[in-house]
Amino acid sequence: MFANAVNSFAGADHLIISIALVALIMFVTKKISIMMGEERIASALAIITGLVLAYIGGRVTGGSSGLADVSIFGGAGIGLLGGSMLRDYTIISTAYGVKLKNLKKAGPVGVISLLVGVTFSFVVGSIIAVILGYTDPAVVTTIGAGAVTFIVGPVTGTALGVSSEIIAISVAAGLVKSILTMIITPFIAGLVGLDNPTSAMVYGGLIGTTSGVAGGLAATDPELVPYGAMTATFYTGLGTLVAPSIGFIIVRALLT
Amino acid sequence: MEILGMGFVAFFMLLGSFLGRLLGQFIGTGGDVGGVGLAMLFMVLTVNYLENRGFNFKTRTENGIRFLSALYIPIIVAMAARLNVVGAVRGGAVAILAGGVTTIGAMFLVPLLSKLNKN
Repeated sequence: MFANAVNSFAGADHLIISIALVALIMFVTKKISIMMGEERIASALAIITGLVLAYIGGRVTGGSSGLADVSIFGGAGIGLLGGSMLRDYTIISTAYGVKLKNLKKAGPVGVISLLVGVTFSFVVGSIIAVILGYTDPAVVTTIGAGAVTFIVGPVTGTALGVSSEIIAISVAAGLVKSILTMIITPFIAGLVGLDNPTSAMVYGGLIGTTSGVAGGLAATDPELVPYGAMTATFYTGLGTLVAPSIGFIIVRALLT
Repeated sequence: MEILGMGFVAFFMLLGSFLGRLLGQFIGTGGDVGGVGLAMLFMVLTVNYLENRGFNFKTRTENGIRFLSALYIPIIVAMAARLNVVGAVRGGAVAILAGGVTTIGAMFLVPLLSKLNKN
């Protein structure tokens, strides 16, 4: 009887269970960061906890959606709470505090950083693919595109018709970039002068993965989130435009 | 009322999403290109326009927007929890190097490009 109660309980309200889980994570990481006398890193700790849970979820279930594959968080649970719809909805709300003059000042350099950011990521990603022995132009382009974001990679790979294993690698490269960005941004922000709207827009244009930039800035200074997110959201679009077209033509010319 | 603040943000998200898809069709990649960025841009322009006209949101309506902003970091934590971290680790050396070197490199370009704006 008890077991049935537990089963029916576990089968319901997955969104609320996920909200309760995230609240617990935020509470615990807040307490830990206060104990460590560094309250500022609470968000970074919480995001890292999320990544660790995703790893555990992936290992336990063998699925590819981290904790969302664990039944109690499945369906409209952590997948919905952490999905791009609510992510975008809340990112947009942070624009409420943005001052127009900051945008005008940072706009032009934001666009430049977008072009530099996408090119830099694609070139570095492609070079590393070649160094590690990949020679087929379509494969090298897809890995280079993965280093742009974990969306640009698969879009490019599908367009160029590479094997699903290469597409998985490109997604992995994009994930590494997103995860690494979330983790190191709070710690490296001081070093790279990431403390004002302009550098936040440049950072968004250079790093570009919306989730990485959003998570990194949220853990560094929530005030900067809208500025970074504004350039970052154009990054993937620009990447999907450039990588499978101009990117592939150049890589193919260089490699054959 | 709080729901009006949430509706205000929802309107701009939907506007941005539509315009982003128009842009996606226009440049031929399909999908939503920069929809979130466009939504934020139009919201900032509208809020600044209203403020210049002396119109300010009632506190409760503003609370609706603040509520969404307060949910932002928890939702990023939930987003992190559903990433395929196992896949990232299994992607092997090329994925870790390609993603890692790109990230570290780009970080150090931040101060460089930010200086462009100083002149």
